[in-house]
Amino acid sequence: MKRALPILVVLLVLLAAIAVANPLFLEPAGFLAFLKRAAPLVILAAGQYFVIVCGEFDLSVGSLVTAEVVIAARLIDGDDAATWPVIALLIVAGLLVGLVNGVVTTKLRVPSFIVTLGMLLILSGAVFLWTGGAPRGALSEGFRAFGRGGLGPVPWSVLILLAMGAAAIWLMRADFGKTLMATGDNERAAALSGVRVDRAKIFAFMLSGLAAAVAAILLGGFAGVSAQVGQGLEFSAITAVVLGGVVLGGGRGSVLAAMAGAFTLEALFTLLNLYGISGALEFTVQGVIIIAAVAAGAIRLPRKFTPRRGDAHAAS
Amino acid sequence: MPRHKATAAVFAALVLAGCTTDKPASTTQSAAPATSAQGSGTGAQSKFFVQADFDAQLAMRTQTPQGPTDKPWEQAIAPQMTGTAKYKKDGPYHLCFSNAAVNNPWRQVGWKTMQAEAGLHKEITKFTALDAEGKDDKQISDIAELQAKGCDALIVSPNTTATLTPAVTAACAKVPVIVFDRGVQTDCPVTFIKPIGGYAFGADAAEFLVEKVPAGGKVLALRILPGVDVLETRWSAAKVVFDKSKVQVAGVEFTDGDAAKTKSIVSDYIQRYGKIDGVWMDAGATAVAAIEAFEDAGVPVPPINGEDQQDFLQKWKDAGLTAVAPTYPTYQWRTPIIAALKILKGEEVPKMWNLPQPKVTSENLSTYLKPNMPPLHYALCGCETLPGFPENWGGKKS
Repeated sequence: MKRALPILVVLLVLLAAIAVANPLFLEPAGFLAFLKRAAPLVILAAGQYFVIVCGEFDLSVGSLVTAEVVIAARLIDGDDAATWPVIALLIVAGLLVGLVNGVVTTKLRVPSFIVTLGMLLILSGAVFLWTGGAPRGALSEGFRAFGRGGLGPVPWSVLILLAMGAAAIWLMRADFGKTLMATGDNERAAALSGVRVDRAKIFAFMLSGLAAAVAAILLGGFAGVSAQVGQGLEFSAITAVVLGGVVLGGGRGSVLAAMAGAFTLEALFTLLNLYGISGALEFTVQGVIIIAAVAAGAIRLPRKFTPRRGDAHAAS
Repeated sequence: MPRHKATAAVFAALVLAGCTTDKPASTTQSAAPATSAQGSGTGAQSKFFVQADFDAQLAMRTQTPQGPTDKPWEQAIAPQMTGTAKYKKDGPYHLCFSNAAVNNPWRQVGWKTMQAEAGLHKEITKFTALDAEGKDDKQISDIAELQAKGCDALIVSPNTTATLTPAVTAACAKVPVIVFDRGVQTDCPVTFIKPIGGYAFGADAAEFLVEKVPAGGKVLALRILPGVDVLETRWSAAKVVFDKSKVQVAGVEFTDGDAAKTKSIVSDYIQRYGKIDGVWMDAGATAVAAIEAFEDAGVPVPPINGEDQQDFLQKWKDAGLTAVAPTYPTYQWRTPIIAALKILKGEEVPKMWNLPQPKVTSENLSTYLKPNMPPLHYALCGCETLPGFPENWGGKKS
């Protein structure tokens, strides 16, 4: 919690700024709408966090989201009965892509940057080939309910987000989290002290794939079929994670802060939008955040050698 | 934690910068330029706006096109014919096509339609097409490459106007060139084929909203991107119409053509103003997302314009919307093949081949809504009678 404090402060400031521009934001409906919109990115950021904290990258999540939405539309084709089997298939597909990313990274020793960049190209190419640029089929009402509908006033996506967020925090507090953190901090030391480094990394990639699958279900539900739905999401997720203070290169930062980073990014986009600032600026802002966060990390690098309490071990 | 502080500082700086940056002219500010009348919030006029073209296009909407009424892709509005006797040669023919891209559903539908049209003519024994994948440099080399392949005629759908002009000019010297969809800044091609154009599209939609939205009502304008001529003309025409009207343009936003972003923007506006009385769009691909934003907010969907995409037409019918769909018909992809054959046979063709640009209204909605076609299919493909329909266009046989 303590590590997430600075980003939470920034988030609160942004939320206050939004509320000034738009007082309706403070009402439950307005705020829930914001949470609903942010949910896919927050879930993606949690998935990306697992990969980043163990010292790797997952650039494939955006195209994975696109692929999942396009596949869902084609397979469901408007048939409500197909909703659940397709959702199950999407989750399996997400885990599978993560598994491939993880295995190639760890067993074949290809840098994850290259592996997931390759996966990005493979998936977007495959989607383009399969759809010819225009997705076919349609999502069923049942499928879209996850992104649009809700339990009373609370959107399903907010409930799913709460469940996923709680699971992520729990995972980082469990032994798995400590293993992952140690792997990211110093892979060799972790391996020598008996951590199964490869297995931890593969699992992290699978969690990222799972997060992408869930995000795809929410995004497809929210906005419908589109061949551009996942475009740029990998960068938003990475930006969110570093914005939360998680160090690129691994070993430091909390999952709660990463998720708060995603909320912050979404709040910033909402604010930019409220002030009528062009969408092109979003990419610029993301770029500045990534560079600034890494630079800020590098400036204090020497201090890494002076042991600080709980530095490498605090999970959240 | 210095790292966090630094991040927070950068962040705060960004937010401040965001608040103080000069807003783009086309946003919520109501500083009406001197040229505009009562309407406000539309910002400065686009530098792409040309009054003469605007007037010509608006006039063309009411002119009766020449040619067979059941084949709008063979019709032409006020054609100035040009002789092609010097290109006359005997078949069989080898046609070539340099395509800007097939990167959106509109181009997909059009490309399938063009291939089917080429397949209709036995005298075309070879049809070579190169896809520039949306890159100017690739298209320039594609055009050069096609000239070396012994094409009898070259069809070009330029990726961008200015950059492709020299490449097209060079090709004109060697082979009859047919340009369609987007233009080039030279009249060297034998014919330039296009629907009426962006001004007509934008004005059709804006005039509908001005008629349906009560005086003082707030209209939200959604655009894809700035700086693309066919889209700029759509908005600049709408601006002229809105400026003369009593409706207020509450905001002009860019959506990048992204459904999720469109939905978020519309939700924000509904929250901010409580009520949005009309939605104007420069392209209909994200119209359904905009409509859903109103549905999800639990408020009635105001008058809106989309395009001839099936998902929008379906929603229009199901929800009984007050809507209109100006079009940029995909049947224009059939015309270049027909033009190429006419030129090679030495028949006259219009120098500027202006195709009719119909409008989908609630009266003719049912003719354009085709339940067995995929959601992103464009109704005005003129492809219903072509071989392979509907499967090749992703449809199901009913």
